[in-house]
Amino acid sequence: MRTNNLILQFTSKFVFFIIFFFAVHIFFAGHYTPGGGFVGGLLMSSALVLLVIAYDLKTVQMILPVNYMYMTAIGLILALGTAAFPMFVGKPFFTHFYDYFHLPLIGKTSLHTAALFDLGVFLVVVGVTMTIIQTIGEDE
Amino acid sequence: MMQVLAIFIPIIAAILLPFLFKQVRAIHTGWFVLLVPLILLGYYLTFVKQTINGQSVVATMEWIPSLDISFTSYLDGLSILFSILITGIGSLVVLYSIFYLDQTKEQLHNFYIYLLMFMTAMLGVVQSDHVITLYLFWELTSISSFLLIGYWFNRDKSRFGALKSMMITVAGGLMMLGGFVLLSLMGGTFSIRELIVQAPSIVTHDYFVLALVLILLGAFTKSAQFPFYIWLPDAMEAPTPVSAYLHSATMVKAGIYLVARFTPIFALSEVWVWLVAGIGLLTLLWGSLFASKQTDLKGILAFSTVSQLGLIMSLLGVAAMAFHVEDAAGTIFKYAGFAAIFHLINHATFKGSLFMIAGIVDHETGTRDIRKLGGLMSLMPVSFTVALIGSFSMAGLPPFNGFLSKEMFLTGMLSVKEFDLFNFETFGVLFPILAWIASVFTFVYSFYFVFKTFTGKLQAEKLPKKPHEAPIGMLVSPVILASLVVVVFFIPNIVGDLFVKPAVAAIQPFLYDSPDEVDIAVQAWHGFKPEFWMTVGIVAAGLLLFALLPKWQKIYRVIPEWLSLNRLYDFIMNTVLDTAMERFSSLYMTESIRKYLTYMFAAIVSIVIGTLFFKDAFSLSFENVSPIALYDVTLLIVLVIGTLTTLFAKSRITAIIGLGAVGYTVALFFVIFNAPDLALTQLVIETISVALFLMAFYHLPKLGRVEERMRFQVGRALIAFGVGAMVTLLALSAHSQKLVESISGYYKETVYSLAGGGNIVNVILVDYRGFDTLFEITVLAIAGMGIYAMIKLRLSRKEKSNENK
Repeated sequence: MRTNNLILQFTSKFVFFIIFFFAVHIFFAGHYTPGGGFVGGLLMSSALVLLVIAYDLKTVQMILPVNYMYMTAIGLILALGTAAFPMFVGKPFFTHFYDYFHLPLIGKTSLHTAALFDLGVFLVVVGVTMTIIQTIGEDE
Repeated sequence: MMQVLAIFIPIIAAILLPFLFKQVRAIHTGWFVLLVPLILLGYYLTFVKQTINGQSVVATMEWIPSLDISFTSYLDGLSILFSILITGIGSLVVLYSIFYLDQTKEQLHNFYIYLLMFMTAMLGVVQSDHVITLYLFWELTSISSFLLIGYWFNRDKSRFGALKSMMITVAGGLMMLGGFVLLSLMGGTFSIRELIVQAPSIVTHDYFVLALVLILLGAFTKSAQFPFYIWLPDAMEAPTPVSAYLHSATMVKAGIYLVARFTPIFALSEVWVWLVAGIGLLTLLWGSLFASKQTDLKGILAFSTVSQLGLIMSLLGVAAMAFHVEDAAGTIFKYAGFAAIFHLINHATFKGSLFMIAGIVDHETGTRDIRKLGGLMSLMPVSFTVALIGSFSMAGLPPFNGFLSKEMFLTGMLSVKEFDLFNFETFGVLFPILAWIASVFTFVYSFYFVFKTFTGKLQAEKLPKKPHEAPIGMLVSPVILASLVVVVFFIPNIVGDLFVKPAVAAIQPFLYDSPDEVDIAVQAWHGFKPEFWMTVGIVAAGLLLFALLPKWQKIYRVIPEWLSLNRLYDFIMNTVLDTAMERFSSLYMTESIRKYLTYMFAAIVSIVIGTLFFKDAFSLSFENVSPIALYDVTLLIVLVIGTLTTLFAKSRITAIIGLGAVGYTVALFFVIFNAPDLALTQLVIETISVALFLMAFYHLPKLGRVEERMRFQVGRALIAFGVGAMVTLLALSAHSQKLVESISGYYKETVYSLAGGGNIVNVILVDYRGFDTLFEITVLAIAGMGIYAMIKLRLSRKEKSNENK
């Protein structure tokens, strides 16, 4: 049944990276322009889904040996940790900190703990979406 | 303090019992129990010298001070009389039970724990001055009685009787609680003594009659008055010591106590006088008529208890009349209160002994069926003597105490027709007539009880055991009680001075300041007065009826069985509460989600639109409305077309595509309304959900899949239209009346200065309102794991069920 999807597979190799970087971009841009962890996560999973469509679940699992349940858990812990951290330094729950730093290579950059929280959101969204799709896909 | 603790001594002693029962197997556990009522009896007797002077002793133990709830033990003439009855007859019953129940065969620790629990409850009921703790003890009597009736719990009839008595007495108890609450609301205090003081102001209150009826319901259910007496005959499944103690001498008198205790408050009301006197008389007549129908010894006694309790109750009703008469102390109305208390004491003595005799007969012959018994007189001479004394006293014959109180009862009833208030001058004539008829039947069943059992021919072959006289220990208690029956006849005025007068002074504080003022002397011979001729008539008619008993007893069979109140109870319990309720539930609990959704939507629509309508809350204003652009109209048309397609699509796949179109149009609306984040998310999410829908569609079972349009139903269309109208009206009204400024200005100003960001939406999500986001991602994670679990676990279950095959 399976035909040789050469064009699809070849194209998706390129398109995957385009979507991947767009997702990363939209994730980081979230604080100033439209985007953020949620949309970023969804786009990232769509990139992965494209791979799944072009190849198949087992192949993708071999290329990216990620347990998406763990990813979800890590995302939740990260989000909760970011939210809880201020309590240990005497600030209310969910206080964010931000400032400008001079980083090597990038230069003057604003760093914000909200980004860490957003990263948690990102990981949870990717983890959950991929869990759902994988589970349903593997189901006979 | 000691006085309050004394109430709890039995229940504290009960804690030790299981250890004694398990460790000391050689001695019957009852001997240890016997100590408790004996000690308490001695303790309460010390109070008598205070109560005959009209003094009362109060002790309080705080329980919940902030709610003004305390255990208050109030000992006056009435409560000391009851306390002595409870502990005195309690001792005798425990002594009797030692020989009645076998240490090796019975679960004695259970029995005595329940019994001691009951003793605490009963002492609490009669001593409590606080209505809430009175109710507490009241329910404890119901519960311990339930446990005692169901003592042989592997018998069906025991369980049935226990449940029935529980249902009826607890229902009455709850009514009574309502009455108590109303009463304390009216009086502003929980204390009965303080309520009595306030009686003249309470009587005009709106709640007064309601509280009166509720409290009477409690008293009537407990004291087995008409029509609530039906639990008492079924409670005879309890062991005989329990029947003797609870269902003749103590618990059933709790209602009598309650009526007596609240007489000073409620007697001002006409309703009280009529209800207490009327229901009491009806119960007296009804119980006496049914007693001679019974074939079970304890059944006769149960109906006779019902009847005698009705007698006491009607006397208390007549005693309440004394409130309404000027110079009552000089009239004959004063006799009723005295007669009630006096008969209460007498009844406790003779009925207790009769129950014990019934138990002895049951124990020694193996049956209580009066049709199998007979001719036991020569075999059981002591039991026969005791039964004879008890029955003659119950029938009201000299020289036994029942004679004295029966005479006073007739005096009380004869006084009713002279009462010229509340229509008593017309109906009052009925009272002595009905009382006389009831007394005749009392005479008949008393004779029926003793002579059918002990005389006639011995039917030895029908008896399960070979009959012989009971062991001496079992006879001690009935003999003591029977000798009291005789002794009281000869020294009625000593009993009157010690116990009756203080109690009467407590019931009728408006008549007497102290017990010394109760100027009633009991006379065995009081001349050729109407009462005397009535008694002669009772004896003559009773003897005649008893002689002809076999001829007219068949009449009872003519009364159809289904007319009885037991049938009514069964009808309520089985048909109304069980079957009908189940049918009613299954009417609306159809297990169809569609129906439930209909209920919910209909309820929401009617509540919201009703509120809009009744509160006049609908308003419409077009002040802050932005102009409508061409894009909006176009998109709206697309949206409507998509929705209609989904609704009227014939195939499911069309509906799914229609839904997708709606979703994408909404995303476009977000674009127009300047919400790029929402638009992005909506697009991606819509794609995913359409894909999921398609997958679900693909997996639909092939069998029986018919592509057809949704059927049109008027009801559903109406509800759908209603919900739509509701949301529209609500949204328009909400938009037209904005009460406060939006807080979005604050976010706009501080998004960079405080939060260090530029995208307000995202900053709100992760910073201002990060809390929500935290839990939303938790929801996502749970959903993901749920899907995983559903699919994986289903697979493993499938495999397992295959293995089983």
